[in-house]
Amino acid sequence: MSIIKLINIDKTYNPDTIPVHALSDLNLEFKQGEFTAIVGPSGCGKTTLLNIIGGLDQPTSGKVIIDGTDLSTLDRGQLIDFRLQNIGFVFQDYSLLPVLTARENTEFIMQLQKQPKKKIKERVVTLLREVGLEDKLNVYPTKLSGGQQQRVAVARALASKPKFVLADEPTANLDSHSTSDLLDIMLKLNREENITFIFSTHDQRVIDKARRIIMLEDGKIAKPELVKQEVI
Amino acid sequence: MLIQLAWRNVWRNKRRTVITLSSIFFAVLLALFMRSMQLGSYENMIRNSVEFYSGYIQIHKTGYWEDKSINKMMVESDSLKATILNAPNVEFYIPRLESFVLAASDEISKGIVVVGTAPKKENRMTKLADRVQEGSYFKSDTRGVMVAEGLANYLELGLGDTLVMIGQGYHGVNAVDQYPITAILKFPNPQANDNMVYMPIELAREFNSALGLSTALVLSVDDIDQIKNTKQHLISKLGSEYEVMDWTEMQPELVQLIQSDNAGGIIMLGILYLVIAFGIFGTIMMMSMERNREFGVLVAVGMRRRKLSLLVTLETFIIGVLGLKVSLVAGILLLLYMHYHPIPLTGNAAEAMLKMGIEPIMPFSLDPMIFISQMLAILVIVLVCLAYPLTKIMNLKAIAALKH
Repeated sequence: MSIIKLINIDKTYNPDTIPVHALSDLNLEFKQGEFTAIVGPSGCGKTTLLNIIGGLDQPTSGKVIIDGTDLSTLDRGQLIDFRLQNIGFVFQDYSLLPVLTARENTEFIMQLQKQPKKKIKERVVTLLREVGLEDKLNVYPTKLSGGQQQRVAVARALASKPKFVLADEPTANLDSHSTSDLLDIMLKLNREENITFIFSTHDQRVIDKARRIIMLEDGKIAKPELVKQEVI
Repeated sequence: MLIQLAWRNVWRNKRRTVITLSSIFFAVLLALFMRSMQLGSYENMIRNSVEFYSGYIQIHKTGYWEDKSINKMMVESDSLKATILNAPNVEFYIPRLESFVLAASDEISKGIVVVGTAPKKENRMTKLADRVQEGSYFKSDTRGVMVAEGLANYLELGLGDTLVMIGQGYHGVNAVDQYPITAILKFPNPQANDNMVYMPIELAREFNSALGLSTALVLSVDDIDQIKNTKQHLISKLGSEYEVMDWTEMQPELVQLIQSDNAGGIIMLGILYLVIAFGIFGTIMMMSMERNREFGVLVAVGMRRRKLSLLVTLETFIIGVLGLKVSLVAGILLLLYMHYHPIPLTGNAAEAMLKMGIEPIMPFSLDPMIFISQMLAILVIVLVCLAYPLTKIMNLKAIAALKH
C-alpha cells in the first residue's frame, strides 16, 4: 500500500515574472519499506520534490497525500505537527544543534513529541547504538567527524518513529568510508525495521545501493523507473 | 528542555555574551549610581529644607499663608488638638507664633522674624539645640531670646546683652519689649542666620498680646510617604476654617528646582538605556541572523514557530536577567556603601550648599524604586528588542531558511 501519493504535481517558481518550472505533471507513489534514490543532474528538481513530499514547500498545482492525509488541507501549524509525527529529515550538512550532545540532539525530536522520559532514554540509546555511536552519547557535534554527525542526524530522523525518512544529498559531504558506513546503517534499518528512505543524490555509491531509482530531468521523470529485486 | 537549550545558546558565543552582559552591567551600574546620587541629593535637600523649619505639614487659619498676618491666628482648642493627634501618621505637632518685628540694639535696628515655639518639641523635630553656639538652649519658662549669629553680629550684640523688639501685636496692639539674649544660634542658611530670633511660645504670645493663639501648627509625621493621605484626612476633618499645607505647597521653589534637575537626570538615563538597548538588540539580532538556517531546520523537523519564539524569548530574557542580576548585586553593594559613606563636598560647592542651608554632602538614596525602575527599564528594553527576532520567526519560511 502506498504511504505517499503525488498526483499531477507542478511546481513553478516566479510564476508572475520569469517562470521556472521545477516539476511538471509528476505522478509518483512510494510504498512502505522502499529504499528510493531520486537522481538527476543539478537543478532537475530533486530537492524541490523532496521539499514537496516533506510539506516544506507547496506545489503550484496537484496533490500530496501522505498516509491518507492531503497536505494541502493542513494549515501552517498542523503541517509542522504532521512533519513531527510522520517525517524524518536528514540534511546534507547534518544540521545538528551544536549546543546539544549526540544524545540530546536525538532526544530533541522525541521531546517535541512530548514522549515519556523513560521511553526517550531507551529509544535514544538504542538508536545511537544502531548507528554505531553508543560511545559518543555525550559528545557535542563539533567533536564528531562528518560521518558521525550524519549518523546522529539519521538517529534523530528516526527518533520520532516517522513513516518515512527524507534525505537530501546525505552523503554529499562525506568521504567514501563514511558514505559506505552510513549507507550500510540505513540499509540495515530499512531491511530490519522496514523504514522507508527516500533520498535525493547524484552519488553513484548511493545509487548503486538503492532498490528503486527515479531519474528526474527538467522536473519530469526522465526514464522508466529502475526497481531492483535485491540490494546490491 | 527549552530552558537548557536557551541557556546553552546564550553561551554559544561566549565573547559576544560577555560583551553584552558587560555593557548591561556598566550601564545599569552607572544608571543606579546616577539615579541614587540624584534622588539622594533631593532627599537631602528636602530633609534639610523641610526639617530645618517648615516641617512636612502645617495647619494655619485659612488665608494665613497668603499674607502672613498676625491677625489670622488660631486657638489651640482641645478639639483641634484631638483631631490633629488622632490623624493617621501624625507623631506630634509644634505650635508656633511667627511675627515680624523691628529688632534693635543701641544704635542699630533691623526687620526680623521672631518665632515663638515649644522648645522641646521644636528640638525634637528641627534639632534646634544643635544650632546653639553660645549660651544654653531655651526652656518653656525662659524669659529671654535666642538670636541667630549673623543678626547678633549685625546688631553688635552678644550673649547676655539686651535685644529690643518693636512690632505690632494681635489686632493692632503695640508689641514692644526687651529681652536678654540667652543663646546665639548659628544657621548654615544665611537668610536664617541674619534674621531669626527664637523665644518660648508663651513669651511670644505675651509679647504679641495673643494668649493661647498660634499662627501655625507644624506637624511631625511618622512616614513621609504618607503625607498626602494625612493631609487629605486633616482637610476632611478640619473643614474650611483651617488650611492644611504640605511641604510642596510651602516650598514651591524647592519642588521646581527638583523637577527641573530631575528632568535632566531622566534624559541622561534615557541615553544610558539607549546604550543598553543597542547592546542587547545587537546581540539578539546577531543571534537570530546567524541562526536563520537553524531556525529553518527546527521548523522543518517539527518545532512550532511559537515554541521557537519562546526559545528566543528565553534566550533574550536570560541575557537581560543575567546582566540585571550582576549589575543589581554590584549596584546594591556599591550604593549601600555610598549611602552610609556619602561624599563630603568641599570648596565652592560646599559653600554654595551651606548658603542654601543644605548639608554639603553628596548623599545616595536607597529608594527601592531606583532598583525597581532599572528592572522595569531592562524588561521593557528586552521586550522591545524581542520584536525583531519574533517577527522574523513568525514570518520564517522553512524552505527559504534552509537554503541559507
